[in-house]
Amino acid sequence: MADSTASGAPDSVPTLSQIFFAFFGIAISGFGGVMPWAHRMLVERKNWLSHEKFAEDVALAQFLPGPNIINLSIVVGSRWRGPAGALAACVGLMIAPVILMITFGELYSRFGDASWLNGPLEGLSAWAVGLIVAMTAKLAKPMFHGRRYMAIFFAAVAFVAVGFLRVPLWWALIALAPLSVAAFWWRLR
Amino acid sequence: MRDDSPVNSFILLSLILSFAAVGGVNAVIPELHRQVVEGHGWLNDRQFADMFAIANASPGPNMLIVTLIGHSLGGVSGAILATLALCTPTCLLTYAVGHLWERFKDAPWRIAVQAGLIPVTVGLIAASAYLLARAADHSVAAYALTLSTAAFSYFTRLNPLWLMAVAAALGYGGFI
Repeated sequence: MADSTASGAPDSVPTLSQIFFAFFGIAISGFGGVMPWAHRMLVERKNWLSHEKFAEDVALAQFLPGPNIINLSIVVGSRWRGPAGALAACVGLMIAPVILMITFGELYSRFGDASWLNGPLEGLSAWAVGLIVAMTAKLAKPMFHGRRYMAIFFAAVAFVAVGFLRVPLWWALIALAPLSVAAFWWRLR
Repeated sequence: MRDDSPVNSFILLSLILSFAAVGGVNAVIPELHRQVVEGHGWLNDRQFADMFAIANASPGPNMLIVTLIGHSLGGVSGAILATLALCTPTCLLTYAVGHLWERFKDAPWRIAVQAGLIPVTVGLIAASAYLLARAADHSVAAYALTLSTAAFSYFTRLNPLWLMAVAAALGYGGFI
């Protein structure tokens, strides 16, 4: 379970400009939600992180306040290249979307109508959810392959609590994480 | 710029919302609406809905609706300051915590924390996927589009942006 990182070897640590452009690429592809694109770029295309390491970093990003994807850029960037890496990842992630938002803001204040977006958005949101579903399946696959029943159990409890019982995400995280960690601690001892 | 001008108040609000956004941004959109539309009347319902649509249809974090609102209240500087207010404090906090987290990466407790956190996170991501699908998919066609996108992205390595163009066109044509 406690998988070693894919970014363990020093020669596999990305450079500042690689970090910047990876997050730049994540941001400009990230229509309707950025997390699946971060997974695609960092895990599948660059092989900088394993599925497990990615899930762990997302856990940390989710646990802390602020937009998850921005937190993820800081966690990942700083691990590779310290403060400069964090800055490269975060600026890479934000620069293009912010410029785009300012441009769209200018257009919107001039023309003042975005209702025509509603049609395409219906399609876009359905598509974006599909990407999250696929990412979830990829992240869950190692659990099912390895028949890690305890992991499957805790994932299922978290899913039911938030998906069906509508427990707020953060409350589910702080309630379940200690139980899950204690269970694994007891087993790994 | 007066201290109580809308743009300054909004920058302060972004700063506060940044810390309120625990566990994802969806949690703060209703609060943002409550403050910006109902509380202060800086935008009307229609403008808020339009900006929400623009932020969601554009690439990048959906939280950039804050940049758009900052822009409408205070131009380019309002947009940039609201974005910085949203990002800077939590970035610093994340940096500090991430640093500590790495420092103990070989500690036995840290390995148990990691092993325990992963399944919970996967379950939470699955739950948000489910809830997003419930919120986004209003028709059989929409569910079909979600499932085919998921299958496409799970089984092939092709860039899903191709499918996005189809999805947006289907939506524009009123099929979804």
